[in-house]
Amino acid sequence: MEQKKHWQSFGELNKSEAYNKDVKDEFKEDLPFVEDESKSFLNAKAPRRDFLKYLGFSTAAAAAAASCEMPVKKAIPFANKPEDVVPGIAKYYATTYVQDGDTVSIIAKVRDGRPIKIEGNDLSPLTKGGTSARVQASVLDLYDTSRLRFPTINGKESSFEAVDKAIAASMSGNLVILTSTITSPSTKAIVAEFLAKNAGSKHITYDAVSYSGILLANEASYGKRAIPSYHFENAKAIVSLGADFLGTWLSPVEFSKQYATGKKLDEKNPEMSKHIHFESVASLTGANADEKYLHRPSETLSIAAALLSAVNGTEISGIADAKLKEGIEKAAKALTSHKGAALVVAGSNDVNVQLIVNAINNAIGAGGTTINWGATNNIRQGVDADFAKLVEDMNAGAVGTLLIVGANPAYSWFDAEKFKSALKKVKTTVSFAGKMDETAELCNFVLPDHHFLESWGDAEAKTGYFSFIQPTIYPLFKTRQWQDSLLKWTGTTEDYLGYLKNFWTAKLGGTAGWDKALQDGVITIGEALTAAGNYNGAAVSAALAAATTAKKGGNIELVLYEKIGIGAGQGASNPWLQELPDPVTRATWDNYIVVSPALAKTLLGIDLNNAGQADAYEVNPPKKVVKLTVAGKTIELPTLIIPGTHPNTIGIALGYGRSEKIGKSAAGVGKNAFALASLSGASVNFSHTDVSLALTGEKYPVALTQTHSRYDTEQGNRTEVVKELSLAAYKHNPTEIRDEREKELAPWGGLEKFESQGTIYPVFDRPGIKWGMSVDLNTCTGCGACVVACNAENNISVVGKPEVLRGHEMHWLRIDRYYSGDMDNPNVVFQPLMCQHCDNAPCENVCPVAATNHSSEGLNQMTYNRCIGTRYCANNCPFKVRRFNWADYTGSDSFGDNQKGHVNDVVLDMNDDLTRMVLNPDVTVRSRGVIEKCSFCVQRLQEGKLKAKKDSRALSDSDVKVACQQACPTNAINFGNANSKESAITMARKENPNRQFYVLEMLHVLPGVTYLAKVRNTDEMPAHHAEGEKAETKKAHTEKAHG
Amino acid sequence: MILNRSIVKTSITVFLFFVAISSSVTVHAQDGKALFSANCASCHAVHKKLTGPALAGVESRWANKEHLYAWIRNSAAFLKTGDPYANALYKEYNMVAMNAFPSLKTEEIDAILAYINTVPDPAKAPAGGAAGSPAGAMNEEADNSLLFGILTLILAVISLILLQVNANLKKLADDKTGQPALEPIPFWRNKSYIALLTVVLFVVGGYLTSRGAMSLGRSKDYQPEQPIYYSHTVHAGVNQINCQYCHSGAYQGKQATIPSVNVCMNCHQAINEYNGDKLYNAAGEEVDGTAEIKKLYKYAGFEEGKPWDATKAKPIEWVRIHNLPDHVYFNHAQHVKAGQVACQTCHGEIQKMGEVKQFTDLSMGWCINCHRETKVQFKENGFYSIYEKYHEDLKSGKLDSAKGITVEKIGGTECQKCHY
Repeated sequence: MEQKKHWQSFGELNKSEAYNKDVKDEFKEDLPFVEDESKSFLNAKAPRRDFLKYLGFSTAAAAAAASCEMPVKKAIPFANKPEDVVPGIAKYYATTYVQDGDTVSIIAKVRDGRPIKIEGNDLSPLTKGGTSARVQASVLDLYDTSRLRFPTINGKESSFEAVDKAIAASMSGNLVILTSTITSPSTKAIVAEFLAKNAGSKHITYDAVSYSGILLANEASYGKRAIPSYHFENAKAIVSLGADFLGTWLSPVEFSKQYATGKKLDEKNPEMSKHIHFESVASLTGANADEKYLHRPSETLSIAAALLSAVNGTEISGIADAKLKEGIEKAAKALTSHKGAALVVAGSNDVNVQLIVNAINNAIGAGGTTINWGATNNIRQGVDADFAKLVEDMNAGAVGTLLIVGANPAYSWFDAEKFKSALKKVKTTVSFAGKMDETAELCNFVLPDHHFLESWGDAEAKTGYFSFIQPTIYPLFKTRQWQDSLLKWTGTTEDYLGYLKNFWTAKLGGTAGWDKALQDGVITIGEALTAAGNYNGAAVSAALAAATTAKKGGNIELVLYEKIGIGAGQGASNPWLQELPDPVTRATWDNYIVVSPALAKTLLGIDLNNAGQADAYEVNPPKKVVKLTVAGKTIELPTLIIPGTHPNTIGIALGYGRSEKIGKSAAGVGKNAFALASLSGASVNFSHTDVSLALTGEKYPVALTQTHSRYDTEQGNRTEVVKELSLAAYKHNPTEIRDEREKELAPWGGLEKFESQGTIYPVFDRPGIKWGMSVDLNTCTGCGACVVACNAENNISVVGKPEVLRGHEMHWLRIDRYYSGDMDNPNVVFQPLMCQHCDNAPCENVCPVAATNHSSEGLNQMTYNRCIGTRYCANNCPFKVRRFNWADYTGSDSFGDNQKGHVNDVVLDMNDDLTRMVLNPDVTVRSRGVIEKCSFCVQRLQEGKLKAKKDSRALSDSDVKVACQQACPTNAINFGNANSKESAITMARKENPNRQFYVLEMLHVLPGVTYLAKVRNTDEMPAHHAEGEKAETKKAHTEKAHG
Repeated sequence: MILNRSIVKTSITVFLFFVAISSSVTVHAQDGKALFSANCASCHAVHKKLTGPALAGVESRWANKEHLYAWIRNSAAFLKTGDPYANALYKEYNMVAMNAFPSLKTEEIDAILAYINTVPDPAKAPAGGAAGSPAGAMNEEADNSLLFGILTLILAVISLILLQVNANLKKLADDKTGQPALEPIPFWRNKSYIALLTVVLFVVGGYLTSRGAMSLGRSKDYQPEQPIYYSHTVHAGVNQINCQYCHSGAYQGKQATIPSVNVCMNCHQAINEYNGDKLYNAAGEEVDGTAEIKKLYKYAGFEEGKPWDATKAKPIEWVRIHNLPDHVYFNHAQHVKAGQVACQTCHGEIQKMGEVKQFTDLSMGWCINCHRETKVQFKENGFYSIYEKYHEDLKSGKLDSAKGITVEKIGGTECQKCHY
């Protein structure tokens, strides 16, 4: 088979010198041998005498350290052991992740009183056990050293009693509660009671990245200022106008779950949903789309208008670009041919765009099928105009007291300076922020709120779908839930827990119902209605008129976007999220200007088709810094070249440049791009149609991980590691991949006998268990939830930006990004790659101390206490998944000074006693000088086996779920005992014989991880098919391929 | 040496004493004692009022023995019959209902009553029946190592003398035959001696060094002094309390768990004095059991005669004895529940220990050896049903069924069974 040519980096595309060198070397940097070879050994930098001195000293030091007396350790049991708590056994509590409006039902794993891991709640009808990177990382926020530890009055420590008194005295009329979106019904009731008690007060909702456009458009179209439920699982055709619904748009976990059902391929009946994506800057959702078209942000409205007219069967006008026009026609065709099973979503905050999208959805019959007005989505309720009005009122001195919950406009409002000066005119300002964020800093009173894992509460992400919050740990600091404060100030004697309990026992018919709801964590009240909504298209004509008069964009346009980890800045203080490589750019610890390869050529003078220039760009972390000017504001940021970005558009991520007071990992990372947004009409516009760029001549290092861990075979045919084909090609010849594998392995007995005939080693028996994993590249969206879950489960160190720059990141699981096709708008495939647990593992043979070897259950075992750090294994690993502890990242060495000068503040912060509470006590914390890698979560495997043994029964799938599998919002990862006939992994392999492949299979390393090839729903047929086809099928398929 | 001997003496004396008293009691009442300990002792003593009345003479207080049986089996139901004595009793003891024991058979109740009658009142016989002094005439055990040492020394001296004699005789013979006498080389300059000495020093030194290095971080026989002298002999040995009663975690998970104060107080609210055999600590000094119970009360915040407020308890800071390095994963449930290994296999005869002593060195070699030899519950535990091949091989005799399936055979000596 003539594989699509996949490439990870520009160097690889060009087969450049640096690339060829890189794939051969074990590690990115050169080994520290700097001596001139002509000099003798004695004159070398570390001559013999020094060597002997070091040897002597280290032996003496080791002896001294080791011969110290054994310390006396204490074993302190409980004074009164709670009956249901057994030390060493984890408890699981259902609760809910809430971050501003975002709501995900979760299970918190609590070990000895400390929540240490977040898992998805399978009972949730919305997220169905899925999580995101941010949800996974939220447990670390609980132990953040920068959390506020007590209430303050004007920056001075105080007590809650004193604060209550002071606020009661200074609370004056015209009170405003400013919150981010509240989904909690009980909290809303409390707020209403509080407002009723204080005449002239009101509640304003503010979302940093608002959905005002949709809310207002829906108000016009459906008479409701709300967002409906979307059902991607019912859609056979999905068109997205820049909505990153798999990454950051609205409710990505829920949408990923839904989207994956349409992308799961049944080999016997290969049908998939069709997803066409229009965007300006490369996004995660765009990367997953079947077809993707690029446009300028200024064209969004006219594209929506054109799509509407195409759907209505009229001629498209106003689109100059031929490709784009073709795309719109294709999209319209897909939508109209799947009427009632089609969906259009748009990410734009422009009311007009959303009005037209509503018209399209109405025309294709989305109401009642893919769009449900029976249950509205409550996770974004803020309208920017309301907040803009509030700022005006504050400036006019019309606000006496401002209570701020969750909202942080001093950072995220486009005109933050105006807000800050307006805030000074408010007499009493109260912040309930858990950390000293940019807004809390300016408030008189700061009453820190609990972390959600310490809180009580409820959430209604969608009308009728409730999720409950219960504390999983006693509050660590002197904090108080803000609902408690509000209740107190209303004059209610009851605390929030009592209020919540009453609120729900009344609804659920008694304490039993409440207990059950808490235990399950979720409840659905009332049969979920399905309603199409009453559509009113009156406003569309005005929107269409606006499309014709829309301003043309300048030479360069700007898009401000959210990153999957950082969001609108909520993730900035979380080291796990900062070190999570962005799925699209693969960069960590920074924001930057995303430019297209075409713009790179003209602006930066980098021609990526020139091997030398591509190398110069790629090999050296410092990237050219560009000064961007827009409407009088400037920002200087480094540039990254990302294919799939429109040539006349650049992108900048929001959420960076935050105050160092919210955490060590936020300090000095990136720049704040919120200031570049602007208010247009009733909503904030996160794009700009005309910006100017200028090279500053400076360079700034960006910690990119894509060029790390590169690997190749001796034959240089690494393109084989990821396999992709179009749905048309798959239907034409389903066994294409299998045939190709068969052909390749034919000299060694073919697929059947490859294991025994491809080697001189004997084949080993594996009675009992053989662990295996299967990853479906078709449903994997590359979101990174698994990467963070792996971090949390396996105590993986954060290494900080300077170390990532040197290629020292420690992630056991990485998601490789592959491009294929046109460099300006390539197809993207994501491939999660972890230790493949090869049955014939090359790393095992080369370890001089047998620290890595094979278990009878098919695990490639790594024994840290045996490892002496030769790194031969890492050198010999064909997949480059082994990680070396270059420095003492964990603070576990006997000598404390070993960390000095080697690790940065963020790493030291991770070793604080508070932060270390997040560590999983079942996994060894690795010290300097040892190799580590994916263990298939062996601690979970052992625990699952023990569970079965204690019950005296055979192991079942439900006993063992590895962390990445658990976290995955699309169920792309399957894991289990491949020896069992009924296990999910056996079924996954049996049901997908055609798409299944091993990475670098021809090496005969016999990986334990199978992948299922990516199938993209396009009609594209590789050239060779047209020629080599069999006569009987020829006609039908050529029509399809070229139709 | 002296210390060991005194322990041996003590234990033998104690053992003899037990043999003496246990043989003097009827078999029937011995059952009664166990039943009493298991069912009654947490609320009743024989000669003392606790939560419930002192039980001495209980039979005489009840007019009808059938009523007594009914009361014991279900006091609440019996109260409803309106029996005046029962109701008076109920009032006297603050309306605290006695637990129901519906499963006790008549013979068992009789056995308990019989036991109660055999218990002498300590108030009436204060000095009687004290345990024999530990300084009883005992045969001292011969210490062979000293004997062997002396023997070796004697033999070495003899061989030295013989060598010297041999050399002298040779010299005489040489003189006689007229052979020229060589200048004698003193032994400290004799190269063969020096070489031999060096080799011996090297071997002995190397052996000692490597043994010393291996024992670093190991602490077999570690027996620290604990905040409270807690005797496993008294609890697990004499009173036959199941290990699981206190170490409930051992059957459930990783940690065996040290019982919390409230578990101690379950029994010790009632048992406030120790009047068993004399207790001796590691140094051979006598320990006052009752004083140790008072120490517990201090931790528990318990004042005798008053109801206990559990919230006043403070945890006891025991000294940890069994320490595994952080890179070792050990799970009690895996061994005790799944593997059905007895506690004593690793902890020694814990029921005979006063303060606990580390029985094994907890070295990796020790773990591995056991994993090589111990059979898993291959047929008994349903988990192993997936090893179909081994089951067949066992049936067909391909695998030695006497040897069984050892832990090693199913991968129990692989690194990542304990290190991850």
